[in-house]
Amino acid sequence: MNAGLPAHMHPSRSFQGLILTLHGYWAERGCVILQPYDMEVGAGTFHPATTLRALGPRPWNAAYVQPSRRPKDGRYGENPNRLQHYYQYQVILKPNPPNLQELYLGSLEAIGIDPLTHDLRFVEDDWESPTLGAWGLGWECWCDGMEVSQFTYFQQVCGFECAPVSGELTYGLERLAMYVQGVDNVYDLNFNGLEGAQRVSYGDVFLQAEQEYSRYNFELADTAPLFRHFEDAERECTALLDAGAPAAEGGLHRCVLPAYDQCIKASHVFNLLDARGVISVTERQSYILRVRNLARRCGEAYLQTEAGGAGARSAA
Amino acid sequence: MPDLLLELRSEEIPARMQRKAAGDLKAMVTGGLVEAGLTYEGAREHWTPRRLVLDVRGVTARSKDVREEIKGPPVKAPEQAVNGFLRKAGLTSTEALEVRTDPKKGAFYVAVIERPGRPADEIVAEMMPGIIRAFPWPKSMRWGRASAPKGTPFYGEEARGSESLRWVRPLQSILCTFGPETEEPTVVDFAVDGVRAGNVTYGHRFHAPEAITVRRFDDYVAKLEAARVIVDAERRKRIILDDARNLAFAAGLELVEDEALVEEVAGLVEWPVVLMGSFEEAFLDIPPEVVRLTIRANQKCFVTRPRGEAERLSNRFVITANVEARDGGAEIAQGNGRVVRARLSDAVHFWTTDQADLPDLDRLTQAAARFDLDLSKPLDQRMARLAHLNVTFHARLGTQGARVARIARLAEALAPAVGADAARARRAAVLAKADLQTEVVGEFPELQGAMGRKYAALQGEDARVAAAIEAHYRPLGPSDRVPDEPVSVAVALADKLDMLTGFWAIDEKPTGSKDPYALRRAALGVIRIVVENGVRLALLDAWHRTWLEHARQTFDASIHDLFDTVQRLGTALRPANLAAVLDEIGESVETEIRDRAPEIAETLAQREADLLAFFHDRLKVYLRDRGARHDLIDAVLASGEAGGAATANDDLLMIVRRVEALGALLDSPDGQNLLAGTKRAANILAAEEKKGTAVAGRVDPALFASDEERALHDSLEEAEHFAGEAIAAEDFERALGFLAALRQPIDAFFDAVLVNADDAAVRGNRLALLARIRSATGRVADFSRIAG
Repeated sequence: MNAGLPAHMHPSRSFQGLILTLHGYWAERGCVILQPYDMEVGAGTFHPATTLRALGPRPWNAAYVQPSRRPKDGRYGENPNRLQHYYQYQVILKPNPPNLQELYLGSLEAIGIDPLTHDLRFVEDDWESPTLGAWGLGWECWCDGMEVSQFTYFQQVCGFECAPVSGELTYGLERLAMYVQGVDNVYDLNFNGLEGAQRVSYGDVFLQAEQEYSRYNFELADTAPLFRHFEDAERECTALLDAGAPAAEGGLHRCVLPAYDQCIKASHVFNLLDARGVISVTERQSYILRVRNLARRCGEAYLQTEAGGAGARSAA
Repeated sequence: MPDLLLELRSEEIPARMQRKAAGDLKAMVTGGLVEAGLTYEGAREHWTPRRLVLDVRGVTARSKDVREEIKGPPVKAPEQAVNGFLRKAGLTSTEALEVRTDPKKGAFYVAVIERPGRPADEIVAEMMPGIIRAFPWPKSMRWGRASAPKGTPFYGEEARGSESLRWVRPLQSILCTFGPETEEPTVVDFAVDGVRAGNVTYGHRFHAPEAITVRRFDDYVAKLEAARVIVDAERRKRIILDDARNLAFAAGLELVEDEALVEEVAGLVEWPVVLMGSFEEAFLDIPPEVVRLTIRANQKCFVTRPRGEAERLSNRFVITANVEARDGGAEIAQGNGRVVRARLSDAVHFWTTDQADLPDLDRLTQAAARFDLDLSKPLDQRMARLAHLNVTFHARLGTQGARVARIARLAEALAPAVGADAARARRAAVLAKADLQTEVVGEFPELQGAMGRKYAALQGEDARVAAAIEAHYRPLGPSDRVPDEPVSVAVALADKLDMLTGFWAIDEKPTGSKDPYALRRAALGVIRIVVENGVRLALLDAWHRTWLEHARQTFDASIHDLFDTVQRLGTALRPANLAAVLDEIGESVETEIRDRAPEIAETLAQREADLLAFFHDRLKVYLRDRGARHDLIDAVLASGEAGGAATANDDLLMIVRRVEALGALLDSPDGQNLLAGTKRAANILAAEEKKGTAVAGRVDPALFASDEERALHDSLEEAEHFAGEAIAAEDFERALGFLAALRQPIDAFFDAVLVNADDAAVRGNRLALLARIRSATGRVADFSRIAG
C-alpha cells in the first residue's frame, strides 16, 4: 500500500485512489508512468507505448491508464456491468522479468487484496488481436471467480516476432474497483473517496456520457462519412509510411508514429461501423485484414527506427 | 535398485493440457531409458497446475557393457571402400581395425567396438535437455531475457534468441534426484537454458512459497502435502467430488455431477477447498441448462438440485478454491456469488430478449414469406432473420436459409413414409435452425435445438413440432437416443440427407481421420433412425431432388435450364434417363448445355453411387458392431450389384432384414446344405463358363434324361415362384424357407446326375439348370461370398 495516500484515497474507498496506488506501485518498480494516449482506441494495447514498443530489442517498462472504447458494449447506462467507455490499467515490461507473476500479485496486495483471504488464480486465456496481427500466451487472472486482469506474454505484434518477449498486464479498473469497494453497480463506485455532499460517483462522471454515446454508437453515427474516414485513414497511413521510408538501404524510417495514428483511427472507425451493424460477415474479415495490413507495415517501419532498435543492431 | 524423481515446475499450465503432458513426459523419459539399455520396474506420472512429475522405480544403476563386431571389406579393397567403412564404424585409422581371414573372403577388416556401460544418472542427465526442448506442447512460448536476439547490446550472454527454450509457460525450476532407497540420492546434474536441475522445489503459491529440499518421491509427496500441494491429480479429483457431494448433502441438496468439470477444476488447484455460494431464487425461472452452463462456463462451479428433483436446480452452487482462507472462505463465496449474479443477469437478459420482438421487423417480411412464417411469433422472427441475413452454411453449399428450405421440402416429402403429418414436418423443419439466431444459443452453442424446443413450446407450437426441433440433431453418436416420434424422424432424416448429399455433390467427403462436418456420424444417424424405427426408405428416390438442388450450386448458372426440366419431370439426372430428359428439353435449350448434359449426368451418377457405397460401408460397421457376420452382409450387398438398378440396395432396412434372414437360414442344417449345393452348382458353372462351355439360355424340359433333373426343375419352378412372392412381400425369412426346400432335390441331383454329359445339348441344359439355382438364391444374397 502506498503510504503517502490519505485514508479516503484507499482503493477500497475511491476509484482514483486505486489508480494512484497502481501508479505508485509500478513507478517504484521502475516503470515510466505515462498518460493516456490521446486517441480513441479499443484497448490499452493499441497505445504505441505497448504496440510499437513491444517491437525491437530495447528494454522498456511503462504503465498507464488507457480509456478504451467498445462501441458495441454500450447499454445506454442501464447495465450495471457493461460500458462502451471504460478504463484499462496497462503495464508493459520488456523483457518480462522472471518474477512477473509475483510482481502482479504484489500489485493486488497493494490495492488491498489479500491472497490468503481471496482466491487468486491464473486460468488459461491466450490473447489474440486479429486487427493488430498480435498474439501471446497467458491467463485471465481471477479473484474469487471474477476476471480482474489479463496477463500475456507477447509472442508476436504487428506480425513480427517479439524478441525479447514483453509481459503485458491489463487490469479492468472498473471491475477491480467494484470488487474492492464491494459495489454491484459500476455507477455506484465512489470516484473521489469523499462522502456526503462532496462524494462524486462514477455515475456522476460518466452516466450521461454512456447514454449519449450509446445513442450515437447504435443509432446516430452517420455511416457514410465513417466509411470515407476509414478509406482516408488507410490512405494517409500508407502515404506517411511511404514518405518517411529510409532514403537508402539500412537507413532509418522517419515517419512511423503519425502513420500508426492513422492505423488506430481506421481500427476505431471499423469498430463503430461494426456496432452500427452495417458490415456483413464476409466484409468484416476483409476490414480486419486491411487494418492488420496497416499495423504490419507500421511495425515493419518501426523496426527501422532508433527506438525500434535499428541503431542498436548496427552498433552491435 | 535406484529410483528416479523428476519435477518440471512452471507457471500455470492450462488445465486441458496437463494430463497428456505428464503422460508424454513419462513416455519420453522411460523410452529414453530403455533405448540407452536401462530397465525399470515401474513409472507413474503426476501433475498439478504448476508441475509435471515423474516417479520411476527400480531403474538399473548402470547400462551393460556392449561389445559389437562389424565385418568390413577385404584388406585388398580400394581405399575408398575402406574409408567408408571407417566412417561407418566411427573410427579414423585402419590401425584400430582387426584383420581376420576366412577361406572364402581371404583377409578382411573387422571393427570391434566396445561400449562400456554408463551410470544411469549420467544417461538421464544427457537425455533430459533434449526431452525438454522437444516436448510436444500444443502451444508453446518464449519468455524473458533469453528471448532477446543474440548480439544486441542490452542483455549480454543471456540473450539466446531463437535458440531459447520454448515451454508452455515460463519454466521455473527442475528437480531431479536419483538413487537407491537405502542411500542419499544424488542430484542428476543437467541444465536447460539456464535452469539447473537440483533437489529443491516450492510449495503452494500463497501458503508455502519457501524452498523445500527433497530426497525422493516419498518425502517429496509428504513435504509438498505439508506445503499445501497435493501432487496426485486423481486424489484432488476425489477430494473435490467427495467434499462437493457432502457439502450439498448437508444442505439438503444433491450435486449435479459433471466429470469433465471435475477434471478441469482439479487442473486449476493444488490444494482444493470446496465452498458453497448462492444466488437469488428468481434466477431459477430461466431454463436449468442455461443456469448450469452459465455458472460452469464462466466460474467453473458446480450447480446443485434439491434432493430427489430430476431437473429443477437449487440456488446454491459449489466453488473449488485453491486456498484455505483466513475467514473460512466467506469472502470467496460472497465474491463468486456476486459474479454468478452478474452472469445470470446477462443470461436472463438473453432469455427474455429471445422471447421479445426483434427490431426492424419490416425488413424481414420478404424472408418470412418464403417460409410461411408468422412474424408475430419470436422464433419465426429469428428464422426470418437467419434467412434475411444470408448467413453462410458453407461457402460452397450456400446459405442457412437455402438449407432450411431444402430440409423443409425433404421433410415434407418424407413425412408419409414415416407416418408423420406433412404440414407438421414442414413446420418443424422451418423452425429447426431458428434458434441459431437466439442470444442464448449465441452464448452457448451446445444448447442448439434444446433452446429452439423451449421457445417453440412458449409460442404455442404443436408439441410434436417443438420436440422435433430438438430431436432432429439426434442421434449425436452411436450411443445417443434415436428419435422415434414420426415428425422428429422426418426432420432428422431430412437434415442428415441434405448434409450428406450436399457434401457429396461438391465432392468433399471424409478422408482418413478427417471428417470435419461429422458426415460419418450423419450417415450412421440415418442408418440407426431407419433401422431402429423400421422405416422403409429407398434412398435414391428420397434424395434425388436434394441432389439436384445441390447440383445447381456445383455447376454454373447456365445449367439451370437443364435442372429445371429434370425437376419438372420429377426424376433424377442419371445416364439412364438422360435421353428422356434431353428429349423433353427439346430444341429450346442451347446446344452447349445439351452437349454437357451427359458429362453432368455421369458425374452426378458417380457421386451418388459413391454416397450409396459410403452408406453401405457405414451399414457394415453398424451391423458388425451388433454381431452380424461380415460375409453375410457382403453376400446381401453383392446380390444387389448383380441385380442391377431394380435392386440398387438403397433400402437400408431391407438390407438388414435380408442379412437377418440369411443368418437364421444358415443356422439350420437345411440352410447349410443349401449353401453347399448352391456353391457346388456355382463352382461347376464358373469352371465351365471359364472353359467356354456352352450354357443353354434357358432350361428345356424335353432334354431331361433323369427323374432327378425333372424333380429339381419342378422344385426350382415352385421355389422361385413362392420365394418371388415372399420377396415381393418383403418376407425374406419365408423366401429363404422356400429356397431351403431346394436342398433335397439339389443333393439328389448331384448324387445321381453327371453334369458333364457327352451330348453337348444335354450338358448345356444341365448347366442352365445350375444357373437357375444360382439365380434363385441370388435374389436374396450372393451365396458365393458366404464363408463355409
